Amino acid sequence: MSGDMNVTLKVWRQKNNNDRGRFETYPVQGVSPDMSFLEMFDILNERLITEGKEPVAFDHDCREGICGMCSMFINGRPHGPLQGVTTCQLHMRSFKNNDTIVVEPWRAKAFPVVKDLAVNRSAFDRVMSSGGFISINTGNAQDANSTPIGKDDADMAFAAATCIGCGACVAACKNASAMLFVSAKVSQFALLPQGQPERKQRVLNMVAQMDAEGFGSCTNTGACEAECPKGISISNIARMNRDFIGTQLSMQKV
Amino acid sequence: MTSSKLDAKIPDGTLEQKWTKYRSTVPLVNPANKRSLEVIIVGSGLAGASAAASLAELGYKVKVFCFQDSPRRAHSIAAQGGINAAKNYQNDGDSTYRLFYDTIKGGDYRAREGNVYRLAEVSANIIDQCVAQGVPFAREYGGMLDNRSFGGTQVKRTFYAAGQTGQQLLLGAYSALQRQIGLGQVEMFTRHEMLDIVNIDGKCRGIIARDLVSGKLERHFGHAVLLCSGGYGNVFYLSTNAMGSNVTAAWKAHKKGAFFGNPCFTQIHPTCIPVSGDHQSKLTLMSESLRNDGRIWVPMRKEDAAAIRSGKLNPNDLKEDDRDYFLERRYPAFGNLVPRDVASRAAKERCDAGFGVNQTGEAVYLDFAFNTKYKYGKKEATKRSIANPTEAQLKELGQVVVKEQYGNLFNMYQQITGVNPYENPMMIYPAVHYTMGGLWVDYNLMTTVPGLYALGEANFSDHGANRLGASALMQGLADGYFVVPYTVGNYLSKEISVKPIDTNHEAFVAAENETKSRLEKLMNIKGTKSVDYFHKRLGKIMWNECGMARSTAGLTKAISDIQALRAAFWNDVRVPGDINEFNPELEKAGRVADFLELGELMCKDALDRNESCGGHFREEYQTEEGEALRDDQNYNYVAAWEQLTNGDWELHKEVLNYENIKIAQRSYK
Repeated sequence: MSGDMNVTLKVWRQKNNNDRGRFETYPVQGVSPDMSFLEMFDILNERLITEGKEPVAFDHDCREGICGMCSMFINGRPHGPLQGVTTCQLHMRSFKNNDTIVVEPWRAKAFPVVKDLAVNRSAFDRVMSSGGFISINTGNAQDANSTPIGKDDADMAFAAATCIGCGACVAACKNASAMLFVSAKVSQFALLPQGQPERKQRVLNMVAQMDAEGFGSCTNTGACEAECPKGISISNIARMNRDFIGTQLSMQKV
Repeated sequence: MTSSKLDAKIPDGTLEQKWTKYRSTVPLVNPANKRSLEVIIVGSGLAGASAAASLAELGYKVKVFCFQDSPRRAHSIAAQGGINAAKNYQNDGDSTYRLFYDTIKGGDYRAREGNVYRLAEVSANIIDQCVAQGVPFAREYGGMLDNRSFGGTQVKRTFYAAGQTGQQLLLGAYSALQRQIGLGQVEMFTRHEMLDIVNIDGKCRGIIARDLVSGKLERHFGHAVLLCSGGYGNVFYLSTNAMGSNVTAAWKAHKKGAFFGNPCFTQIHPTCIPVSGDHQSKLTLMSESLRNDGRIWVPMRKEDAAAIRSGKLNPNDLKEDDRDYFLERRYPAFGNLVPRDVASRAAKERCDAGFGVNQTGEAVYLDFAFNTKYKYGKKEATKRSIANPTEAQLKELGQVVVKEQYGNLFNMYQQITGVNPYENPMMIYPAVHYTMGGLWVDYNLMTTVPGLYALGEANFSDHGANRLGASALMQGLADGYFVVPYTVGNYLSKEISVKPIDTNHEAFVAAENETKSRLEKLMNIKGTKSVDYFHKRLGKIMWNECGMARSTAGLTKAISDIQALRAAFWNDVRVPGDINEFNPELEKAGRVADFLELGELMCKDALDRNESCGGHFREEYQTEEGEALRDDQNYNYVAAWEQLTNGDWELHKEVLNYENIKIAQRSYK
């Protein structure tokens, strides 16, 4: 054991998507403040395995805050108490000795539970397939410097493009809306000259797919922006709404 | 002599003509026939996603498999610093030839000329393609693309998107892939893991994959199979790789006939956050770009190092004269920007000699104080016409600039260590980062199994014994966007009359049964120890004996230790849960079982190579100053290992011919 913190975990356990699920309580001893939240789960799982019990399933991969795979809802907040941090970059020094910590999966109709804390976020991929791209086949490109792009536009497009697709915005939203995720991709391309030819069709298609996946509507509470580990701005939603409404009014459907 | 089993198929002609001529004369597949040809791609990182999108655009029917919940999670996403390309936008003397030369030299003369030249040639097209896809690279105020410099080169050729270049490039390739999925050209299988390849009549014809949610095994046919499954750094347990990164796809292919090239060539990255305790599950990289402005040092005197370790001395209070900037001292010409292998060894040497600065004695300082004040602070003071700035003013002004350039990395450091790097020097130590070795491939990127290809980090081909920074992204995308669309067509042009093979074919059935019984065997051991228990022990053996310094005695012992550990694993591992459900422990068990075999081969390869080159440092072979001592007379070859039916390996050599570059001792002094 490498530390002297003790915490009590209340963890959502659900064998699969057909199971009802319930909370289980696990005391975890010997936690070091330098451990990441997921490493604390590693200790718990190691113990459950040696006790002959089933470890807690959770999604994680890069453990450096960029792949977007980790997804725990901790004490009522996606990715826990800190701002601008994914669960894998949350450390136990953010908690106190003898804390009780409640850990749930993302809760959203469009994100069905796979097992315990792991959910299925393939709805995001389908939204991307509906229009989250610039249609250019390999080999078609002109020289990279042939179209100058102002630094401000490039920086704003980059800021929108840093979304890691974790789904915290959906989990944070009382309506389980995916507007922040979708608008970040719409904005990235809307801000760049390369994105202009498909700009109108893109926003219509992506919004239609978002609705078809069962995500809720946006009521501007701003929880998504507050909980986004990458600080994606809610102004992207405003930009998407402008594009969407403008496109609906201006596009001629024959 | 090159083994008769290895034909690299390098096209004839001068270096400049080889690829152009190949592309112009390669047999083609007509569009109607492409529609009936099926290609399987395993892995969705830069190599896999770019290959999948490009082949689907050409009209092939493509199936892509990844073990994560979305193709966008592949570990290419975590690459920080940038991507090299010979654009010469900076007018500083870059060219295709210079990128080619730097890559061969950086790799310590253990890579193939033909492949590396092609890589340098297509590098410029990659940047064009990515910009066209909407990848938001960093730009200057005039709207043109910006570049930064990286280790081992003297030109600025690295394109970047803050400290998240890999993320932006992967999202570009992922977008292109999702577009093809939406068009029905690609069928995507997420949360699926490839567990075997299927060979029929000497050709690779498909794979066995496990649906990780249901646990069901599936058979998939393909006229060709492309492995884009990344590197095997996780054999060391602790590395900068993602938790799920593994060798399984490449290893299964190896066991079915694909030779493994240079398995011992591993890259240890010098600037990672040091290990803090036994609980640690992974290591985090601090980008190479930090070495532009950070100075690396340890105390000059051992007693000061001891005082720092015990907390009695604050490093900020140590006088300038009492600090040893060991890279600047040993390598005055390149200073803190020597290649990764050189920087890592120098840090280890100081720590081994007792100068380490953290509690475990395995850390050195990466210090921004000097450049914060005297490079950036002074410049800002001048801009603001402050005549005699105080030290505090310089620091304050400089910190604003440092924050702009490295803010996200500094935040990450503080988050992980709890220490503020603006006020204190960062502590860093080398960690496993990348594997230059991988499946042996010819110029077509085809392995020794016909129809089976390996792309990106999964192959061995372009980086020799040491990869230069910002070249991994370049290679992954070169292979996927611009190389394999031509070379796979070369093979498939002869397969147009082959009808899809029914997956009830006996070879598919046999492969599935084999996979099934291995999974059942793992479940039925019902031992007492977790998979991680064994993985951590394997990692320790590998790090101590096959890491930054290797020796005959250590490697020999490591081989027997690994064999014993492997036996213990198959006797005492405990895999909880069921076989037919989402079971992350079972996934891990299969991967660690493969690492336990690979580790032995890596040690064997390291033992066989009686020289030091690039990341491979054998203690017996060094100069008086402690630099790597190559043996071009006897070891100027690619080691390609064939697994024999009895589980042992046979070595085949591909001799490297340098027709354009004169081999020389690498010097960065």
